[in-house]
Amino acid sequence: MKSRIPVVLLACGSFNPITNMHLRLFEVARDHLHQTGIYKVIGGIISPVNDNYRKKDLVAAHHRVAMARLALQTSDWIRVDPWESEQAQWMETVKVLRHHHSELLRSLPQTEGPDHGRAHSLAPTGSALVFPAVPELKLLCGADILKTFQTPNLWKEAHIQEIVEKFGMVCVSRTGHNPNEYISGSAILQRYQHNIHLVREPVQNELSSTYIRRALSQGQSVKYLLPDAVITYIKEHNLYTGDSS
Amino acid sequence: MENSEKTEVVLLACGSFNPITNMHLRLFELAKDYMNGTGKYRVIKGVISPVGDAYKKKGLISAHHRVIMAELATKNSEWVEVDTWESLQKDWVETLKVLRHHQEKLEASSCDHQQDSPRLERPGRKRKWAEQRQDFGQKELLEPKTKDVPKVKLLCGADLLESFGVPNLWKSEDITRIVGDYGLICITRAGNDAEKFIYESDALWKHRNNIHLVNEWITNDISSTKIRRALRRGQSIRYLVPDLVREYIEKHDLYSPESEERNVGVILAPLQKNTAEANS
Repeated sequence: MKSRIPVVLLACGSFNPITNMHLRLFEVARDHLHQTGIYKVIGGIISPVNDNYRKKDLVAAHHRVAMARLALQTSDWIRVDPWESEQAQWMETVKVLRHHHSELLRSLPQTEGPDHGRAHSLAPTGSALVFPAVPELKLLCGADILKTFQTPNLWKEAHIQEIVEKFGMVCVSRTGHNPNEYISGSAILQRYQHNIHLVREPVQNELSSTYIRRALSQGQSVKYLLPDAVITYIKEHNLYTGDSS
Repeated sequence: MENSEKTEVVLLACGSFNPITNMHLRLFELAKDYMNGTGKYRVIKGVISPVGDAYKKKGLISAHHRVIMAELATKNSEWVEVDTWESLQKDWVETLKVLRHHQEKLEASSCDHQQDSPRLERPGRKRKWAEQRQDFGQKELLEPKTKDVPKVKLLCGADLLESFGVPNLWKSEDITRIVGDYGLICITRAGNDAEKFIYESDALWKHRNNIHLVNEWITNDISSTKIRRALRRGQSIRYLVPDLVREYIEKHDLYSPESEERNVGVILAPLQKNTAEANS
């Protein structure tokens, strides 16, 4: 049986705060990749953006990381990684991808012997050489991110190319966005469209962190839109009350 | 407005809850925020009343499971609970009768417990008027305060409102009494369509003040049908339903192509009943 390509999904973003929609992205993406028969998703990483991104209303990174951690308590395959948020300055997505990819390579099982450091090993039966497959790291995002590639000066062209050529993307559809349009409207995206997996989310969900923040500042309930543990954390730390800027 | 001047409201949601989802639970939160926000009402309780098996809807699994899932889903809620009366009835019960049952229950408990503090909220919470009574002197004990009985209102999505138009699904007298005697709180995305629907119905129009349309600005399309479909296809339903509900479904393998075939070819109970009465 042909073995599947292992994949790790990386989601970058503000996660301000994390919501059930963010968590759904992972589930939907995993199901989709599994059902292609080609991939096996072995992990998921949430990488909250650095405070120096300076987006409006962005609460401190340590809170956003803590909330993501609480949200992922019950997940056995997704984790939060604070590396990006702990850097001295904001960094481009492609650099975050590069970092996590090299981390993945470093964590691969190594064997001792003359070829130490190279992925060679003798299978227990003594027959074929077994090469542990190198996991692919793919950028997981909403289809709206594809659209932002068109925004002047938001992304470097070379970075867009590296993302779709060297890593790959998994884009989950969102209401009001037609990802096929964004791909056909860009030469680079068209060239690497085999590496851009478009996933249809059958449960349309316009839930966004912006909506959550607005509801919270108006004293409205956000229960069932994000995990209870995150709501408790927000209340305990008085986040998103609308008082602070 | 003082708390004591507000009308206390109990939100009652009837439906299959096959299974219950985060969207169902959101309806309660949105309705409560809206009603409390008017300044005229105080929502004190939410009740989920799963329909009985005699409803005969396609794909409807046993009420026993649907009730347990709803209870698991509301385990962490301070104000929403599940009521099994409707699901335990042998025959299908019209929604009007369920409303009436719950209103009468409230009235009965209000009479019985004039001297005590009625437990309309979850254990641990005292009614405000009971606390106030202790402050009054001896005189007050001779004239027991009759607090207004809380009002039961039907909580629903726009689909239920528009189902009023399906021939033979509802008795028109029932619709009139539901909106006239009780009231409707309808959570909808397309407020305009709902308003138009009300405008085009004399019965609804007459009682439009008793129909509260609450706008759900974000599309939150988590229908039970989609949940069941995802389960049949081996797709994840995580974060769409509470974790406890998901675990229960997995443990008991509740939804399958077979379960979806239940009641195929059987006429829905209200259609059967209303058509039979019309023909008799």
